[in-house]
Amino acid sequence: MSNEITGAQALVKSLERAGVDVMFGIPGGAILPAYDPIYDSKIRHILVRHEQGAGHAATGYAQVTGKVGVCIATSGPGATNLVTPLADAHMDSVPMVAITGQVPGPAIGTDAFQEADIRGITMPITKHNYLITDPLDIPKAIAEAFYIAGSGRPGPVLVDIAKDALQKMTTFTYPKRAELRGYRPQLEPDSKSIRDAAALIAESTKPVFYVGGGVIKANAAKELLKLAEVVGAPVVTTLMARGAFPDSHPQHLGMPGMHGTVAAVTALQKADLLITLGARFDDRVTGKLSTFAVNAKIIHADIDPAEIGKNRYADVPIIGDLAPIMRELAPAVEQEFKKRKPDLTTWWRQMNSLRSTYPLGYNEPSDGSVSPQYVIERIGQLTGPDAIYVAGVGQHQMWASQFIKYENPRSWLNSGGLGTMGYAVPAAMGAKVGAPDTPIWAIDGDGCFQMTNQELVTCALNDIPVKVAIINNESLGMVRQWQTLFYKERYSNTDLHSKRIPDFAKLAEAMGCVGLRCESKGDVDRIIKEANSINDAPVVVDFSVHRDAMVWPMVAAGTSNDDIMIAKEMAPDWDSQEL
Amino acid sequence: MAQQTLSVLVENSPGVLARVASLFSRRGYNIDSLAVGPTEDPQVSRMTIVLNLDGHALDQVSAQLYKLVNVIGIQEMTESMAHQRELLLLKVTGKSADIKPSLAGLAAEIVDERDGVCIIQAVASAKDLAEMVNRLSKFGIKELVQSGSIALELGAKTLAEQTAIETGLATSESHEQTKDYQN
Repeated sequence: MSNEITGAQALVKSLERAGVDVMFGIPGGAILPAYDPIYDSKIRHILVRHEQGAGHAATGYAQVTGKVGVCIATSGPGATNLVTPLADAHMDSVPMVAITGQVPGPAIGTDAFQEADIRGITMPITKHNYLITDPLDIPKAIAEAFYIAGSGRPGPVLVDIAKDALQKMTTFTYPKRAELRGYRPQLEPDSKSIRDAAALIAESTKPVFYVGGGVIKANAAKELLKLAEVVGAPVVTTLMARGAFPDSHPQHLGMPGMHGTVAAVTALQKADLLITLGARFDDRVTGKLSTFAVNAKIIHADIDPAEIGKNRYADVPIIGDLAPIMRELAPAVEQEFKKRKPDLTTWWRQMNSLRSTYPLGYNEPSDGSVSPQYVIERIGQLTGPDAIYVAGVGQHQMWASQFIKYENPRSWLNSGGLGTMGYAVPAAMGAKVGAPDTPIWAIDGDGCFQMTNQELVTCALNDIPVKVAIINNESLGMVRQWQTLFYKERYSNTDLHSKRIPDFAKLAEAMGCVGLRCESKGDVDRIIKEANSINDAPVVVDFSVHRDAMVWPMVAAGTSNDDIMIAKEMAPDWDSQEL
Repeated sequence: MAQQTLSVLVENSPGVLARVASLFSRRGYNIDSLAVGPTEDPQVSRMTIVLNLDGHALDQVSAQLYKLVNVIGIQEMTESMAHQRELLLLKVTGKSADIKPSLAGLAAEIVDERDGVCIIQAVASAKDLAEMVNRLSKFGIKELVQSGSIALELGAKTLAEQTAIETGLATSESHEQTKDYQN
C-alpha cells in the first residue's frame, strides 16, 4: 500500500506531531532504523557524547522551557545509561520522554546482544513506560507518553521500541485525544477545601508559606506573589523552588532545610500554620520528622494526591493545579479577612529579628586563598538575575542556592531529589538549547565536573556556548565537610588532587572551549567579566578556592531542625530571641 | 497490625502485575496475598490485595496505587460490605470415611482419594480455613496450597461503575485530555 510507512518513520512523524523541536541522543544498533528518518526531519538532533548527557540535557531543556524534554538511545547500555537521568527527572518531577531501541521482538528474552529489560529496570523511576513490539502502536504510545509526561505532576516516560517494529511497514494514525482510563489528573480544586484553607489562614497568627518546586512546574509564580501579599505571611522557598518567589521581596525568608537560613528554618518550626504549595515534606526540609513544625496545622496543596499525608498529616488537603488553587484561594482569604484579620506584627517582629541577627554569610579564609562563596556570589552579582544558573551537587550547589539571588522562576536548575553529581554540565547544555539568548552559568564542583564534562565537546561542536565555573576545592567537598564534622577529620577518599590533575583549563581547550583559571581574589571579577563577554564558545573557568570552607547553617542529617547550627559547634543564641 | 483488603481494577496490559508488585516492594508495604484474574470486561483485570499495614494509612497505599497509569479504580473491601473467600486444596493422609466427619459444617469436600491420601477442597474465609486446617492436622497434612483472597461488594453496586463515576468516565466526553497531545 502506498500510504504505508516504516515504524521508524511513524516514530519520527509522531515526535513531530507532538511538537518536538530538539532531542538529544546517540544512535546504536537497535535504534538505528529511527535515525534514518531523523536525518530528514526538521527536529534538531544533538549528538551527545554519553547517553547520561542526553538525559540530563533533556531535563535542563524541560526545566527552562516548561516543555517536554526528549532523549533517545539504543538498547542495552545505551538505555541503561539513561537510568540516572530518568531517576533524576522522576524525583524532581521533570517532564521528559526517553525513546530507546530494543532488540527485535523475537529476540526479546533471549539475552540477545545489547539486550536489557529497560522497561522492567525503569518501572520504579518513570511516571510510566512502554515496550512497543507492533509498529501500529507507535503513534499512540508517543502521544500518550507526551501527554503523561507533561500533565498532572510531570515526570519522565520511557518508550522502548523493538527494532523490528521500527523496520516493519505500518499505517500512520496519530490519535487526536487521550483514552487513558487510569490517568486523569485532577486540575480544578474542590471549592470546599479552598474555603477550609481560607478559614485556617484567617485564624493563624504565625503562618508561613512553604513553597516547593510545584509552583514552578505549575507556572504559578504570579499567583503565588498575589496570594502571599494578600496573606502577608513569611515565605520560604525550597531548593527546588528557588526563583518561584523573588529573593528581593520583603516577605521572603530564604531557603529552609538542611542548609537553610535560620529565619526560614525557624519560621517553619515555630509556625502555627504551614501553607504548603507544591512541596513534599522531604527529609532535607523537615529534619527529624517527629520534631518538625510540631505546633503547625498543615494546608497541603499539590496536584499529586499521593503526596498528601505521605510524610505529614494534612489538616486541609487541596488537590489540583496550583495556579487555579492560588487564584481561588486569594479572593477566598480576602473574603475571610473582611470578617477577621489576624495580627501578624509579633510574628514578623520575631522573624525580622532572626533575619537580621542570622543573615547568610561566610568567613574569608585566613590563608589568603579565595573563598568559594565569594566566587559564586560575584558570578550572580555580575551576571544578574536574568541569567540561568545550573548547579551540580554538593557544597557549591548549596552556596549557589544561598548566595545567588533569584528573582524569576526557571532561572535555577539543580538536582534536588536524587542529588545527581554530574548534573550541571549536560543540564546547562540543555538549558542553553532551550534558552539560546540567555546567559547560562553552570556552577560546578571539581568532583561533579569530572563525571560529565565530555558534553562540553557537544557544546563546542553544536554552538551551545555555556559557561562553567568549576569551584575547585580539590576534594569531594560536601563529603569532606561531613568527614570534618562527623568522622574526626579522617578524610577517607575525598582528596581529588584536582589542582594538579587534571589541568581544567587545558582540558577545556582540548574540548574546544575557552579555558580560564582564577587563583586570587583580585582576579575574580575580571575573569567573570571576561567569561561573560565570550558568547561564541563555551567557557570553563577553574576557580581555585579554599578547601576547608563549609556550608552553614546546617541541620545534621536525622536531627531536629531545632538543632540548627550556624557554624561548627555553634547554635543560634535562642535566649536572646523572643520566640 | 490490621489486615485490609483492596480490590483494584487494572488495565489488562503487559507488565501491570510487575508495576504493582514493584510499587509494594519499593514502598515497603507488606502483602499477605494477591489474586489476579479476569473480569466481565476482557480489557480489565481485577486484583484483590490483602495487606498488612504497619504505619502506612490505607489512603496512602491507595493513592500510590492510583498513580500507576494502568490502575483504573480502587476500593477497600470491608468485612461488613463484601463477600470474601479463599480456595484451599489440602492433601491429607487417611481414608475419606475417617476424614469426612471432621469436615462437618465446613464448605469443604473430598475431591480425590488414592494411594492412601485424600485431596480436600474448601472455599471459605481465611479464618474458617485456618480452623479447618487445625482440625485436620491430626491426620497429617502432606501438602497445602491456598489461593489469595477474592472479594465482591454486596448489593447492586459494581467497582467498574463506581470508578466510571469517580473519574468522570461515565460521561464519555473528556474535556482536559483532548488538547494536550501537542507538546
